[in-house]
Amino acid sequence: MVGNLRFRDAALAKRVVEKICKLASKAGKVKICHVCGTHEWTITHFGLRSLLPTNVEVIAGPGCPVCIIPASEFDEAIQLALKGLVVACFGDVLRVPGSKMSLLEAKAEGADVRVVYGVGDAVKMAEKEKDKKFVFFAAGFETTAPSTAVEIVKKPPENFSFLVSHRLIPPAMKLLVEMEDLRLNGFVAPGHVSTIIGVKPYEVFPEVYGMPTVVAGFEPLDILFGVYMILRQLSEGKPRLENEYVRAVSSEGNVKAQELMRKVFEVVDGNWRGLGIIPSSTFKLHEEYDGFDARLKYGVKVEHGVDIHPGCKCHLVIIGKIKPTECPLFMKTCTPQKPVGACMVSNEGTCRIWAKTSKLT
Amino acid sequence: MACLLGKLLWQVFPSFEHNGFICVLVHVTVITMCLAIPAKVVDIKDDSARVDFGEGVLRDVNVMLVKVKVGDYVLVHAGYAINVLSEKEALETLRLWNEILDAAEA
Repeated sequence: MVGNLRFRDAALAKRVVEKICKLASKAGKVKICHVCGTHEWTITHFGLRSLLPTNVEVIAGPGCPVCIIPASEFDEAIQLALKGLVVACFGDVLRVPGSKMSLLEAKAEGADVRVVYGVGDAVKMAEKEKDKKFVFFAAGFETTAPSTAVEIVKKPPENFSFLVSHRLIPPAMKLLVEMEDLRLNGFVAPGHVSTIIGVKPYEVFPEVYGMPTVVAGFEPLDILFGVYMILRQLSEGKPRLENEYVRAVSSEGNVKAQELMRKVFEVVDGNWRGLGIIPSSTFKLHEEYDGFDARLKYGVKVEHGVDIHPGCKCHLVIIGKIKPTECPLFMKTCTPQKPVGACMVSNEGTCRIWAKTSKLT
Repeated sequence: MACLLGKLLWQVFPSFEHNGFICVLVHVTVITMCLAIPAKVVDIKDDSARVDFGEGVLRDVNVMLVKVKVGDYVLVHAGYAINVLSEKEALETLRLWNEILDAAEA
């Protein structure tokens, strides 16, 4: 059945790979960076790297939202949970290590931590259980932030508040492109983030940094075409912004979602696990919504978090500087069953994806 | 005719079919945050719509962020439809891919 699917057409893939090889044979070393955990999943799961010529390297950037939230913000959620509040979160947030423990370990100690599919489900719980105080740990990139905005605008019940930990992708891409030792030659921009923000925020990369940028989808062919389009731009010497994922991404994005996000959030500098402060890279609730800010409402205070545990190389894996297999802990002391670093926890974390789907040698 | 259209849609949105199993996982514990899954809108009531992820997985999702009608395909992320998928654009993508390859051969 899979073979009949036109977006996974093996014959078409073969033809693109031939084209990629042809273009690559005339190019030097090419390093392409994507910034989405789901892209990394497609690339690793379908073994796309094995199809690419040796001089074309695709690396994974900081595309896993729970991997880049600093430990201090997990500590805040854990602190609230241990105080007796109900903390609702996404499934992949649960096992990410904070400084001392994860939310799952807090749950084991008796805290009420609940996994929800989306913030809407958490709000419904809060409406039913009026005697408890609920906090939603709002993690995620631009794809997830609109759902938080929707619920805030809809005015959740009194006993509900948010621990906003959203992060923005374009500022992180800017950080990568400015890291000279990474020597990137092109960006595959994330498809579902772009569904919301459109393609405009990426214009700066070809225009200012001369970096070919292609917004791509999540089928294996989407990514192969994305790589091909970048190579074609490089061979023509004309870096530009292209959209391969037109079936889901329009140039202006989801305008309604953008309006809601502007209404609810202001953009401030944000701390990223292992990367430090990135300017204008996170959201904070506007003053009028202070009543829904769990940090203010419950006076959470966490001074310093331990982001990287001894030996862990997550900070280098996150920016694609090393492969997971180059980390001394990978599949030794750090495994999907007992993760040391955040990259081994989420299904979008590079280490976890490599551990689960690539051949270990 | 309806059957033909259905067949076409499976081909255009293969994830619709394949992510059935992912949906089941999503409902259990594995919720990754950039994952968005295509689903077909079968009923709408105010801001909420019942969508079909395929393979019998139905769910109510919030459609405040999009303009949809019954029969549309939406991208669903964490219980919120974040975009309406365009069948026209999907077919256009396939056409464009072939065009790119043919042009490069010439």
